[in-house]
Amino acid sequence: MTTVYVPRDSSARSVGADEVAAAIELRAARQNTVVEVVRNGSRGMMWLEPLVEVVTARGRVAYGPVTSDDVAGLFDAGFLDGGAHPLGHGVTEQIPWLAEQDRLTFSRVGVIDPLSTEDYQAHGGLVALRRALAMTPQQICDEVTASGLRGRGGAGFPTGVKWRTVLDAPGIEKFVVCNADEGDSGTFADRMLMEGDPFMLIEAMVVSAIAVDAREGFVYIRSEYPDAVATMRAAIQTAYQSGWLGPRVLGSDHDFHLEIRVGAGAYICGEETAMLESLEGKRGVVRAKPPLPAIEGLFGRPTVINNVLSLASVLVVLARGAEFYRDFGVGRSRGTQVFQLAGNVARGGIVETAFGITLGQMLEKFAAGSASGRPIRAVQVGGPLGAYMTPAQFDLALDYETFADAGAMLGHGGIVVFDDTVDMAVQARFAMEFCAAESCGKCTPCRIGAVRGVEVIDRIIAGDDTAANFTLLEDLCELMTDGSLCAMGGLTPMPVRSVLRHFSEDLYRPKGVQ
Amino acid sequence: MTAKPPTADGESPRYVAWSEDAALAAIRSLPAQRGPLLPILHALQGTFGYVDPRCVALVANELNLSRADVHGVLTFYSDLRTTPPGRVRVQVCRGEACQSVGGRALAEHATSSLGVAFGATADDGSLTLDEVFCLGNCALGPTVSVNGQLHGRVQTAQLDRLIRESAPNGDRA
Ligand SMILES: Cc1cc2nc3c(=O)[nH]c(=O)nc-3n(C[C@H](O)[C@H](O)[C@H](O)COP(=O)(O)O)c2cc1C
Ligand code: SF4
Ligand code: FES
Repeated sequence: MTTVYVPRDSSARSVGADEVAAAIELRAARQNTVVEVVRNGSRGMMWLEPLVEVVTARGRVAYGPVTSDDVAGLFDAGFLDGGAHPLGHGVTEQIPWLAEQDRLTFSRVGVIDPLSTEDYQAHGGLVALRRALAMTPQQICDEVTASGLRGRGGAGFPTGVKWRTVLDAPGIEKFVVCNADEGDSGTFADRMLMEGDPFMLIEAMVVSAIAVDAREGFVYIRSEYPDAVATMRAAIQTAYQSGWLGPRVLGSDHDFHLEIRVGAGAYICGEETAMLESLEGKRGVVRAKPPLPAIEGLFGRPTVINNVLSLASVLVVLARGAEFYRDFGVGRSRGTQVFQLAGNVARGGIVETAFGITLGQMLEKFAAGSASGRPIRAVQVGGPLGAYMTPAQFDLALDYETFADAGAMLGHGGIVVFDDTVDMAVQARFAMEFCAAESCGKCTPCRIGAVRGVEVIDRIIAGDDTAANFTLLEDLCELMTDGSLCAMGGLTPMPVRSVLRHFSEDLYRPKGVQ
Repeated sequence: MTAKPPTADGESPRYVAWSEDAALAAIRSLPAQRGPLLPILHALQGTFGYVDPRCVALVANELNLSRADVHGVLTFYSDLRTTPPGRVRVQVCRGEACQSVGGRALAEHATSSLGVAFGATADDGSLTLDEVFCLGNCALGPTVSVNGQLHGRVQTAQLDRLIRESAPNGDRA
């Protein structure tokens, strides 16, 4: 019997993976060949999706992008034995795009059957949890701190320090919350991890609970990810049945209960305090800090809130040691970052690599230029609140400090590429429009400022008194940056200012020409 | 043959007509949990396709909250709707990654060809058109979701076809 992998990742399905899987099964049945089709996660080489892999003596051999119309030809070429075909790429793990990455947190994604507990354990699953069970909570926090891991949700706060604060906080109960809201456009790593390796997130939640002495946890997933919700729900059910969740986890003294909560279409609920409000059943309005969630979080109790990728990284730290993890990266950016190449790129997808690679290397080596074949003009890094970078900045190293010094940010690792047909005035306007649409409404600079920002940019686009409106926009950006309660209003000026600074030629327009 | 993965299947969901009994059954079908309001509103919308304003008093009563609290939450979240949806739900991504590969033109095509604004439902109830800021398919845009099933690299002609094919019998023939 031959095993064939066809991803069930929702991105792969968006370009026909289900049809390809069905066509393979149909053809195999017709010619009486026994084929087991396993629906794995995606390897993250999105430009090759649907990527079909066949298990051969040489290893897994890749074909892609495959459509259902290609299936007959693949059978004729003997793909079940790894036969040559124009869509063939040889042994998957040797494809340079993949081989040149440091897949630590994504080591299992695309490799295993996401809901198989056997696959999970055969590929290093539960190693971290077993180790954590033999450690004291303090030791776990210390090890995470020693790894240098900083939060991957955007703010970059040291994860071990946050855990220690919750551990030390007095409280009759404590909570752990996973932020799986992944609202930033241009990002999809959390989704792929949940769809492709859901037990990893569950294991990491158990570890975090042991580290801070919590017995209850929530994963808050955005409603835009129905496949991730379904996969996580199925995995949680299996984890309970396997004794990985519930009373006496893996036979230890630790009880842990984990639940999925689904968002309802509010970007601001990715902000941690708005998320807590939402979990409590309220409007997703941002809370003033202090108190920190680590002291007074969910239902007023000490609460850890971490991004999916931060939690996934913790498992690498525990399974392989703080030193191993810290050896990747540069400066105060330790370990690997899961970059997501998106937008107008020839080769989009997941690039997990040590911090420190330059933006230009990322665009040349991995993105392989734009999808349109036209020159790249702007790259937005770090989601909708991140700066637009110009080609003159492509030699900047992708690490937290270098980007902060350049008035930019890495955020959740999204890299969105635009070619030279982009109108940067329109992109600046969109940043304000997005903030106006998604503001929680608590503070004036954000709620009113963003609406005013759209109006001012509209006047600039219309060529109305450009110089005066330029100044007005600068002032507005300053007001929003300084006067907003959270980073929604506080960082919306970042993309706008990057356009003012680096793409101002798009803002000076003759009157009447839009 | 392998088991079908637990994923959105792109089928039109089937909803029941509003009744107090069905609403109470939906509310009470959920296990006891802390912070139950959002899960309950999701359950009601899953049952009826929308949260009928008549649910507000019922939910307030069941959870011992004020009507203002329930109403406040119901109106805060853009997913929650208070009028019946169309038979097909189309979401067009307006995020930056999709913009960079023609998402703006696709969004304009959607509203103009369907004659429906974002957030609105066609007069004949055939379809609801929503904008969304990112569907997590940013390397394969422009992205559209039809009844929860993602479609990548969608060009205008394909959008027209997807909408035609997703229509339950008789709609938009
Ligand atoms: C407007 C706004 C949106 C945010 N959205 C997300 C998000 O979608 N996912 C996420 O992990 N963090 C998001 N954050 C950051 C969280 O507030 C918080 O810093 C993070 O969840 C902490 O986890 P970490 O330390 O593991 O990064 C957002 C912040 C703001 C201000
Ligand atoms: S900055 Fe905007 S999103 Fe943040 S608290 Fe103020 S109004 Fe709400
Ligand atoms: S920006 Fe459209 S799917 Fe992410």
